[in-house]
Amino acid sequence: MTSGLAIASVFSDFSDGLDFLFHQRESVAGGVQVGGSENLPLLWKHLEVVGLSMLFAILIAVPLGLFLGHTRRGSFLASSISNVGRSVPAIALVLFFSSYLGLELKNLVFAMTLLAIPPIFTNTYVGVRQVDEDVVDAASGMGLSGVQVVRKVELPLALPLVFGGIRTSVVNVIATATLGPFAGVLTLGDPIINASVYGEAGRIGTAILVAGLAVVAEILFALLQRAVTPAALRPPRRGLRDRLASPRLARVADSPT
Amino acid sequence: MRHRSILSVLSTVAVVTTLAACGSDDNDSASTSTPAAAGTTASTASTSAAPAADPKLIVNNPENGSTPQLTIGSKNFTEQFILGEIYAQALQAAGYKVKKQLNLGSEQIAYKALKGGQVDAYPEYVGTALTNFFKVKSEDVPKEPEAAFTDAKTEFAKAKVTALPLTPFTDSNGFAMSQASWKKAGSPKTISELAPKFNTLTLSGSPECRSRLDCKLGIEESYGAKFKKYLPVDLSKRHEVLSNGQADVSVVFTTDGAIAANKEVLLEDDKKFLPPYNVSFLVRDSSLQAAGPDFEKVIDQVQEGLTTPVMQELNSRVDLDKQKPEAVAKAYLTESGYIK
Amino acid sequence: MLTLSQVVIRDRTNDTSCVARDGFCPDWIRDHIGDYMSPLLRHLELTVASVVAGFAIAFALALLAHRRRWLTGPITGVTGVMYTIPSLALFAILLPITGFGFVTGVVALTSYNLLVIFRNIMAGLDNVPEAAKDAASGMGMTDRQRLWRVELPLAIPEIVAGVRVATTTTVGLAALAFVAGAGGLGQKIIEAQNFKSNIVTASVLCILLAAVLDLLILFGERTALPWRRATSS
Repeated sequence: MTSGLAIASVFSDFSDGLDFLFHQRESVAGGVQVGGSENLPLLWKHLEVVGLSMLFAILIAVPLGLFLGHTRRGSFLASSISNVGRSVPAIALVLFFSSYLGLELKNLVFAMTLLAIPPIFTNTYVGVRQVDEDVVDAASGMGLSGVQVVRKVELPLALPLVFGGIRTSVVNVIATATLGPFAGVLTLGDPIINASVYGEAGRIGTAILVAGLAVVAEILFALLQRAVTPAALRPPRRGLRDRLASPRLARVADSPT
Repeated sequence: MRHRSILSVLSTVAVVTTLAACGSDDNDSASTSTPAAAGTTASTASTSAAPAADPKLIVNNPENGSTPQLTIGSKNFTEQFILGEIYAQALQAAGYKVKKQLNLGSEQIAYKALKGGQVDAYPEYVGTALTNFFKVKSEDVPKEPEAAFTDAKTEFAKAKVTALPLTPFTDSNGFAMSQASWKKAGSPKTISELAPKFNTLTLSGSPECRSRLDCKLGIEESYGAKFKKYLPVDLSKRHEVLSNGQADVSVVFTTDGAIAANKEVLLEDDKKFLPPYNVSFLVRDSSLQAAGPDFEKVIDQVQEGLTTPVMQELNSRVDLDKQKPEAVAKAYLTESGYIK
Repeated sequence: MLTLSQVVIRDRTNDTSCVARDGFCPDWIRDHIGDYMSPLLRHLELTVASVVAGFAIAFALALLAHRRRWLTGPITGVTGVMYTIPSLALFAILLPITGFGFVTGVVALTSYNLLVIFRNIMAGLDNVPEAAKDAASGMGMTDRQRLWRVELPLAIPEIVAGVRVATTTTVGLAALAFVAGAGGLGQKIIEAQNFKSNIVTASVLCILLAAVLDLLILFGERTALPWRRATSS
């Protein structure tokens, strides 16, 4: 009997939350409107933060990973970055940089770029390292310079893993961007952290939205990863579930946030 | 390979710690209370010796131990933690069984917890109560603390909550600027003088401040001007935003020690849109009855010493000296002679 | 007669001490490190409870999927979705169901472990050499005996690798458990958000906790599998 009531109340909490996403209402203490279309600025800011951090992270991590992987140096760096990166609390990073550098968007992006780099770097590095040495030898035997080898041989072969790293990073960054309010940036994390302004419905509704955003991004980038896998390396046609579970598309460096 | 990855973790930790240490400055030992320097507000001890201090001492009444356990709550910032601790420790000294549930959250959450019976009592600001709970418009709130208190007390009684008499200190929302921003804005003395420049300035406040009549909403309505940008930050950063230049105006508390320490300028609320902010300890009627007459007596007794300068000092000990609220409350009670 | 308070009031206008400026203060850290022990213990409890629960569930799922191969896809899909959901969002979604406190924290953290551990157990079992399996069957073992006496022991390195990743990840994630009211080092961090000494101390303790747990698991694997001492991970 009581469990029926409990389930009903949970259900109503969730439907209130979904309603928050579509309809405006007054904030808990009154005075300002929240919910519905008022969420859009939060969403755009969230996407802006994610986009900028990913852009900078890719621009830094991929060349670095390619260089170190090709020259076969820095395996120590690759593994330790991956290990330590997993256990550093994201919130500490966000607060640390905002307390030293200030409460601005660019400082949040800085902290999140740092967080986004490890999976991309490690995956790029491993992706290049695991290219068959014989293939590389054959290529340089054909007269290709170092840079050409990277561009024409190693990068295309490493691309699936590179995209695997990008995929991991995107999901991480979408998750960490919810901590934006701690750095003074109003992202989709605001209703979750400051439920006293948006209400319980706001907290649950936005949480559902953020979760949905992360899942959509994951699926999108998984498809992208498959698209960049050279046809010859693709696993045989199976159902979509199996494709996503394929060990070939597995990510080397995983760390959720 | 395994050894290397562990080594790498440990060495990275060592590097990070060393780097952070290199970034630090010369450190002082934890600050200790020194006698006030000349020229600052100092309270002098009363001329009477030990025997006259005894009336202040809280008497432990064994009967209070048989009353139901009291849960004392507080809201989620320094001054509230200190007040909650002071009241809780005082009641404990009087023999009550006390449980603390501080850090409830904003006033909406705290009041809900009080009405719902999760806590038996918590300290609330009379102005906040009128504007946030009873939806009285800022301009309709009596500016005299006692008048405002009477109104609030009546309203609370309807909700079966007793509002105990006010504290001597008042802790209003204040609008402060850093020296630099203040000079740049023309060294205004009052908010009215600054109002024409609102649309070039950034205001910073807590997340709740956006929608409060005693905060951003109220100041913009009363002075008829909107700020260029609003930067919502956690309460703990309200002074940092000024020293970092992140915001031109920040919503602070008038009992903050950092105002004096950072040489911030507190603008005068000449339109007096801010209600009075003395604290009243709110108690559930049922809990107060069960606790007996000693409850109100102890609270009255221990509040007497909470003047505005004292509250500023206590806040500073937590915010600036980084002491714990529990220890600071105990120091207040012992230094004032309420407990041994 | 009015008895004035005897609270000592200090002049702080020229206070440039490290602590007053929210800086990094080794002295303060040394004096107050004791305050971090209780949150550290809670952090450890959250991690251990989640990894143990996650392992138990993932192991059960892996045994199921080992028997019925077609389950691998759906299980990976479901645990994958749980893994993708941002932790802050998951804590918030669980609040109406499990309320504030330790349990909500553990439930959320457990769900993050499932995918990693499940995938590694499956990979470990898949990588058992055919020769070993044939030899076992040839010795007259039933499928079940083969699983417990040959396949699982050979899969241990891969499984342990998964548990290690899960553990270090959980330590990092548990820093957000304060949102669910579960305490931990994250609670300590947000209590003094501006104080650099505080942020650094709590973070370093977090990283150290992960390193120590990682070492312990490794040590456990070494003792349990003496024949693998010669090979590297």
